Amino acid sequence: MTPHATPVGGRLWTPSVQLLSGILGISLIVMLWRFVFGLGATTALNDGYPLGLWIAFDVVTGTALACGGYGVAILVYVLNKGRYHPMVRPALLTSALGYTLAAIGVNLDLGRWYLVWKVPLYFWHWNFNSALLEVALCIMAYMVVLWIELSPAFFEKFQDSPIGSLRRVSRAALPILEKASLWIIALGLLLPTMHQSSLGTLMLLAGARLHPLWNTPILPLLFLISCVSMGYAMVVFESAFSSIAFKRTPEIKMLAGLAGAMVPILYVFAALRFADLAWRGRLGLLFAGDGRSVLAALEFVLFLAPTVMLATRARRHDLGNLVRAAMVMMFAGALYRFDTYLVAFTPGAHWSYFPSVQEILVTLGLVSVELIAYILIVKTFPILAGHPAAAERQAV
Amino acid sequence: MLASFSALDTPGAGAVSRRDFVRLCTMAAAAVGLGPLAAERFLEAAERGLKPSVIWLQFQECTGCTESLLRPTHPGVADLILDLISLDYHETLFAAAGHQAEAARKQAMQAHAGKYVCIVEGAIPTKENGIYCMIGGRTAIDILQDVAGKAGAVIAIGSCASWGGIPSADPNPTGAVGAHEILKGQTVVNIPGCPANPYNLLGTVLQYATYGTLPALDAQGRPKFAYGSTIHEHCPRRAHFDAGRFAEKFGDEGHRLGYCLYKLGCKGPVTHANCSVQHFGEVVDAWPIGIGHPCFGCTEQAVAFRVPLHTTVDIERPTPPDTYPPIHATQGGVSPIATGVAGAIVGALVGGGYVASKKLSAGPADDEVAQKKPEV
Repeated sequence: MTPHATPVGGRLWTPSVQLLSGILGISLIVMLWRFVFGLGATTALNDGYPLGLWIAFDVVTGTALACGGYGVAILVYVLNKGRYHPMVRPALLTSALGYTLAAIGVNLDLGRWYLVWKVPLYFWHWNFNSALLEVALCIMAYMVVLWIELSPAFFEKFQDSPIGSLRRVSRAALPILEKASLWIIALGLLLPTMHQSSLGTLMLLAGARLHPLWNTPILPLLFLISCVSMGYAMVVFESAFSSIAFKRTPEIKMLAGLAGAMVPILYVFAALRFADLAWRGRLGLLFAGDGRSVLAALEFVLFLAPTVMLATRARRHDLGNLVRAAMVMMFAGALYRFDTYLVAFTPGAHWSYFPSVQEILVTLGLVSVELIAYILIVKTFPILAGHPAAAERQAV
Repeated sequence: MLASFSALDTPGAGAVSRRDFVRLCTMAAAAVGLGPLAAERFLEAAERGLKPSVIWLQFQECTGCTESLLRPTHPGVADLILDLISLDYHETLFAAAGHQAEAARKQAMQAHAGKYVCIVEGAIPTKENGIYCMIGGRTAIDILQDVAGKAGAVIAIGSCASWGGIPSADPNPTGAVGAHEILKGQTVVNIPGCPANPYNLLGTVLQYATYGTLPALDAQGRPKFAYGSTIHEHCPRRAHFDAGRFAEKFGDEGHRLGYCLYKLGCKGPVTHANCSVQHFGEVVDAWPIGIGHPCFGCTEQAVAFRVPLHTTVDIERPTPPDTYPPIHATQGGVSPIATGVAGAIVGALVGGGYVASKKLSAGPADDEVAQKKPEV
């Protein structure tokens, strides 16, 4: 797929991997604690707030940040911008890892997790009117599709493997994947469109429990648009940091081009949301002065700030500024999702929720395992394009 | 000079018993949230003859607020009210007329300068220099500025005096405004309502007379004791609302069974007033919703005489929650450690990201960046 992609190589058990493994170790203990003693013993969840940090971050925010694969696929395969092709694999890897963690996160949140094996088997018991089912199925399916989309990277490595069977399987699989790639890519575009919007639908179902500043029939559309902006931002962020961490030349031209594509998306999001609030006569709530109005206003500011930060060509070609804008963009999308799922949601008087230390530790552990996997995979398999810059120490 | 409405010179004598009088004081004190001790203070002040002097101005109004004060169902209560306050000028109640009446007002203003309570009833027209309401050759603006300027306290009773009320309804031909629009810079206690509940007025006046203070006011100058919560919050039909039982038409089965009037246009959910707990005329259920008519939002400038009578209002949370937190169990809490950990993580992300991006802008030429450990 990507001819120039090469493994980064180098030592695997680096200090940062050691540190992340330490965090992961603590988190694994907490996960075990949660699986043995239950949600009540480890989380701050209650009957009013059944969805907590694990859903709001690991699933809802995590999969949106993992929409880089989706966003880049739209760019390369739908809009036919072939020059962004080198970004496909790293974006797909981030996406695959993000969705895998979301899948783990969903299972962590299940009260009777030991019965989850029944879900795929007893499909005639499925409730096809359930948005939650759609999200769950789509996330699981998309996770599989992402790993299949990414699998040529592994087979390319294994086709020269000293182990005979692995070599034969790899050599057989590659042409099949090549032929099937059109359908896989099509699925990879369809599935996120379905479930990212359904993540919005989920909170629309909360009805009156959702604050009017967030409660709108276009919530699914807003979730879909913001996931694309978050995905692009993640690609920029991850690409820039890979270039530092693995001492490679940053793909500044490509990132600048991507940044140019993000600006209209952010404008569309902010304009749609503003127009919707105005149309529904809820703009006044934005100036009500309470905590939620401040948060909603902050979301607007964060969504629009990167459009200013990336307004000129020179600013788009400044890598540091590009990363800052990407971070603001990710934070904007994350805040929008946290607000919709936790802050704007009021199950009734007197309920309250703030994640417990255990919940935070588990989330930290999941992020750590994602980072470890990313580092190990790019070092071993041909994911990143471009060339090592360490020898020449090229300026940005 | 003044109409002697007071049948009693001392409480406890004549047709109305001392018990009734004490009860009225207690109700007025309770209305302002001052407690039973305040009622005794009111009583002592009244018995010593220290009745607050009240000058009652009437402009563009229907006298409904006066009627609601003086014509409660109980006979004699009007007399009791007049025993608690010294009503020195009131056009409706005057036996005097013309120059005689004006002279009485001037006399009261002189005698109690800086101490009397000025009550305003009715809107003040401002178009064409206020010629649409004149008394004794002077415009309402002029009279109000004169009387309120020398008053100790100014109270606007009714929606008209509070912000313009009916006279200010579109297209507002006379440019009618509330008293506070004319008296800029002066504290005006607004007691809106169409009519206003007399107990809210009485409580405010007696608090001023006895303690020299005014009740705490909200952003629109309304006493919080009466306008701090919505009709909906304490509505006797709230249970029907929560259960989804609504009257769909006037006279239908739901209406006859006393179901919630929201779908008939009840403005209770957005109307701040104490009607649902302090009914009118001491008669149980003597208020709009009590007799089966939707609240029309008379205490809200944005609603009354603006939003059509049968238009439903937007409610943020129209349905009751699926679950109520248990009474004795914990309902969720915020652990300080969790807050600290979350704060530290967010701080580290923002700070670390910013510092790293700064280095990126500077260019990765220096050794420090080149040797940066793989973080991603």
